[in-house]
Amino acid sequence: MNNLQFDFTVDKSTNSVFITREFDAELPLVWDAFTKPEILDQWWAPKPLTSKTKNMDFKVGGRRFYAMIGPDGQEHWGIQDFTSISPKTNFKWVSSFTDKDENINTELPSSNWDLNFSEQAGKTKVSIVIKHKTLANIEMLIQMGFKEGFTMTLNFLEELLTKKI
Amino acid sequence: MRRDIFQAIADPTRRAIIVLIALQAMTPNAIADNFNTTRQAVSKHLRILTECEIVKQEQKGREIFYSLEIDKMKEIDKWLEQFRKIWETKFNQLDNLLSTIKKQKK
Repeated sequence: MNNLQFDFTVDKSTNSVFITREFDAELPLVWDAFTKPEILDQWWAPKPLTSKTKNMDFKVGGRRFYAMIGPDGQEHWGIQDFTSISPKTNFKWVSSFTDKDENINTELPSSNWDLNFSEQAGKTKVSIVIKHKTLANIEMLIQMGFKEGFTMTLNFLEELLTKKI
Repeated sequence: MRRDIFQAIADPTRRAIIVLIALQAMTPNAIADNFNTTRQAVSKHLRILTECEIVKQEQKGREIFYSLEIDKMKEIDKWLEQFRKIWETKFNQLDNLLSTIKKQKK
């Protein structure tokens, strides 16, 4: 479809997921797409899920409080606590699941996110490392991944059916 | 303790054992010959792999041969593929968005 780099690897021994992706846009725009709620909400949730940011304070010690909303209207709330920001280069957050009143659900796994941005010849590369605390957390993620994966499959099917008609 | 395929591949020695026995069924001794660790250590890894149901044992005469349960390995690929697809979808959405924003700016 395009020639943009996309690498996705999982290292089970360090409980980490490594994702690298190139975008055909200059760095400031890509940075905004990851750090401004009005843009984030337009792409962060994989279809058919939608993303809704209730509030976001992009600074160290600040937080994004948002929901992923399923096609059935079911809301899954979560937070990203920003722990480090080097403008247009790197930022980090700790991700946790919450209820709709922003209370952290300690039974669901939290994870550490580290995002790096660099630009070359008008293309911007984003490298993401997602680190989980324990293997048990990865297991939970696997289960949730299956759930999301299933939703995605339904979505692809729907698209396919729409095209046929 | 419940074990699954992801525990099986969490250790580098176990990953190496998986690669070895993917090619042919092997006895514990033949497997251990490939590593600088003790036979006991290799036996322990084989036990975990068996508990994860990623390898199967087969008795041939006096020897036990270990071989890979290929279908179990496919479960890992399946999950990773789904996880990868989620990100692919997200990034494709972002591609479209970036191109829309760029057009608006011009």
